[in-house]
Amino acid sequence: MTRAPENRDAFSVLDRPNSYIGKTVPRPNLDRLMQGRGQYVSDIELPRMAHVVFLRSPHAHARITGIDGAAAKRMPGVIAVVTGQEIAAVITPWVGVLSHLKGLKSAPQSAIAVDRVCWQGEAVAAIIATSRAAAEDAAEHVAVAYEELDAVTDMQTALDPTTSVIHPALGDNLAFERNHDAGTVDAAFAASDEVVEAEFIFGRHTGVTLEPRSVVADWNAAEARLTIYQGTQAPHMVQNIAALHLGLQESQVRVVCKDVGGSFGIKVHIYADEMATYALSKLLRRPVKFVADRVESFNTDIHARDHRCKGKIGVKRDGTITAFEIDDLTGIGPYSMYPRTSAIEANQVVNLVGGPYATKNYRARARVVFQNKNVMCQYRAVGHPIACSVTESLVDLAAMKIGMDPVEIRRRNLIADDAYPCASPSGLRFEQLSHHAALAKLIKMMDYDALRAEQATLRARNIHRGIGIASFIEVTNPSAAFYGVGGAKISSQDGVALRLDAQGAVVCQTSITEQGQGSESLTAQIVGSVLGVSMDRVRVILGDTDNTPYGGGTWASRGAGIGGEAALQATKVLRRNILDVAAAILQSTPGELDIINNSVVNVSDGAPRIELSELARIVYFRPDTLPPGIQAELMATRHFVPREYPFAFTNGVQASWLEVDTDTGFVKLLKHWVVEDCGTIINPQLVDEQIRGGVVQGLGAALFEKCVYDERGQLTNANMADYLVPMSGEMPDIDVGHVVSPTLESELGAKGAGEAGTAGAAAAVTNAVNDALRPFRTIVTEIPLTPQIILTALGRI
Amino acid sequence: MTPVPISLEVNGERVEAHVLPRLNLADFLREHLKLTGTHVGCEHGVCGACTVRFNGEIARSCLILAVQAQEGSVETIEGLSDSGEIADLQAAFRDRNSLQCGFCTPAMLMVAQDLLKQTPVPDREEIREHLSGNYCRCTGYQAIVDAIETTARLRAERAP
Repeated sequence: MTRAPENRDAFSVLDRPNSYIGKTVPRPNLDRLMQGRGQYVSDIELPRMAHVVFLRSPHAHARITGIDGAAAKRMPGVIAVVTGQEIAAVITPWVGVLSHLKGLKSAPQSAIAVDRVCWQGEAVAAIIATSRAAAEDAAEHVAVAYEELDAVTDMQTALDPTTSVIHPALGDNLAFERNHDAGTVDAAFAASDEVVEAEFIFGRHTGVTLEPRSVVADWNAAEARLTIYQGTQAPHMVQNIAALHLGLQESQVRVVCKDVGGSFGIKVHIYADEMATYALSKLLRRPVKFVADRVESFNTDIHARDHRCKGKIGVKRDGTITAFEIDDLTGIGPYSMYPRTSAIEANQVVNLVGGPYATKNYRARARVVFQNKNVMCQYRAVGHPIACSVTESLVDLAAMKIGMDPVEIRRRNLIADDAYPCASPSGLRFEQLSHHAALAKLIKMMDYDALRAEQATLRARNIHRGIGIASFIEVTNPSAAFYGVGGAKISSQDGVALRLDAQGAVVCQTSITEQGQGSESLTAQIVGSVLGVSMDRVRVILGDTDNTPYGGGTWASRGAGIGGEAALQATKVLRRNILDVAAAILQSTPGELDIINNSVVNVSDGAPRIELSELARIVYFRPDTLPPGIQAELMATRHFVPREYPFAFTNGVQASWLEVDTDTGFVKLLKHWVVEDCGTIINPQLVDEQIRGGVVQGLGAALFEKCVYDERGQLTNANMADYLVPMSGEMPDIDVGHVVSPTLESELGAKGAGEAGTAGAAAAVTNAVNDALRPFRTIVTEIPLTPQIILTALGRI
Repeated sequence: MTPVPISLEVNGERVEAHVLPRLNLADFLREHLKLTGTHVGCEHGVCGACTVRFNGEIARSCLILAVQAQEGSVETIEGLSDSGEIADLQAAFRDRNSLQCGFCTPAMLMVAQDLLKQTPVPDREEIREHLSGNYCRCTGYQAIVDAIETTARLRAERAP
């Protein structure tokens, strides 16, 4: 690891003997998942549980003129058929706007459509039965009469005066627009030796979590309490929203989240069908389970990306980048999602374009329009792949224009590693990044010069390989600046509560959640290291609003950086409390004692004085033997939220090495490299696997994944056979390296790493394809890079 | 629709049940026998998450009707775990962090064991090929390939 300059004290609570920080240790929760003993929501069964199936609109836009559920209600096992109007009696509609996204507008959305459907897949009725199969049988007998309306599907014409307005009360189809102008863009372009422009197209794709969205809602009328079992990234957010719209207090709602079969941002939102399930449980006074089938997943899990972005870059002959300009357009479906809104991605694109580079001249416009397609919202690496691809493609096109090597142009323009703290032209504040150290490490890892030589040799044999480089920045550890300031009740702080139990083991309750990233492991590693106990003595409890502190959860690469720091601070307090009692028992002083390897020891000679189990025994069962006035507190709670920087930016660089078959248009990925800087690394293996998994999701977007809609707003590939994702046979091995620039905002120093891979993968691949196609004097600017797009660029079809 | 009687062996135990002819084996295992380690990801035979061993061969339990399992033998992840047959493979997955959310993992282990029985020391290409019918959205596959490669090597070293 290359360690970037830092000014931390040599002594750290993390460098203690037997520390787990920076060490690869296996996650404690893997055995149950590997033995089929996990508990995903789809596994949950409760007494008297009913199953709901939603009848969904076949039309992209239509008026509902009648719903007849009488025949369905007579079907075997059917408990109820509920329409949007009926469910409105127990749940209120919502509007997905935030006040800090100025001008963002949306229309009220209901749990089940009332009078009108706005996308193919919107629920029009709920059928509740004793089994899912019985409910599906009955759904076929619900008769819905529709009057089809014009469907707005093409985002490019959504704002035309001749296009119908989806929500007439809003006046037009523009949900949000942001303009930004920094420096002297026009003058910079005028002073450039070359100006390059291109239009970049990003397909609409989705998360395809292997476990579909699932929820079991259990309204106990006798307790007046709703328990929601849901695979969510943000249990307290779900608690707040469910209570708000069902007319309950938060104390009446408990959200339990055990194992989650993939999330990636898909499961951080509030979906209409989930809200309907909560409401149905209240209406029917019994547990109701909803498990989406795969067609529903494709039609209703949020989609992402779907941008058309015009980009422009100015460059001087010496390689100096003079300015960036973009004009981005994205279509978000008929509603801005709730409560995080669908304007964040475009907003991020404006924030992030040009982010790694030193130029101060930057102009951007982003427009977000409504369409009659499925809703769109935040998915892993929100906005980053768009911003990174536009920026990095423009940088490569500029390099090509002036005949400069892609690595060299980056060396000349990336913000210098000693220039921090500094700010980007879009106003982002960077504490400490390491673009140059990362690039240097990447070049070495991939042996860049040797690859260039190999490329040249193979080109002579008509084999077309390409190298693509992409530098990136990543938003992590978001403060309240992300959602809280806009009025959303989404916590940006997290809490950890620790308790030493009566046998000297630690019970740790944290508000961050686990969807496979390793939240449980990293929390136990921090607690074990800072306290001085072995990890197997730390039991981590998460995903239960009744049994954890209040907090944000796991999203936006925040779990380790924010939840990890809360764990560190709580552990310091518990350690102090333990040493206070130990000093009283041992007739010593806290300063003379330490905890190492599950025992209180002398600082002076390391000699064990008392095992924690013995200390706990005395405190809990023989407090009478403690000196007078000593009241032990073997429990400690701390919370943390970043205050100094709105976001802890990380940085990194990726490289792709691939081969393009110019006859078939197929791309074969040969190798992928990533160097990234997420600050303090708690568990190197977990970080690397987050990066690798993120890269592969980015590679999916680059090569395969696209929700294909026809002009009437019908999703034509809503199944796993037609919607392609990366499979093992097509994926390359991915080498991961690190530079370490800890954030000084926390004692832990950790930033996030969950989205870095996804941020830059597609950009690296696109640049590599264009590098491979260089002899053909053509470029591609659209992903996914299907054979059709490549063969079209080559003029072969 | 009338339930029909079926009789089969599941993880070595005799199971008698009455099922609707349309019930698939995955739902039978999960809903009737509560063997929820067999996961349902797509219900149309693509994702591979519901892979079980049926009469000794790996198969997608969402594409088999429960009635087709009449007089057959089904082994699920619970069976393979309890028998210890794949304990080394599971240990390699744990050490290599070859799973994140874990939803695909029971099936991945099934498929990996199937490969290692057919091809004791496969190369990485063969491993990737054999896994190519199973979706994993979290790991990017490399850690899974690594764990299978390690298990193959360790088994070969142990072999007499």
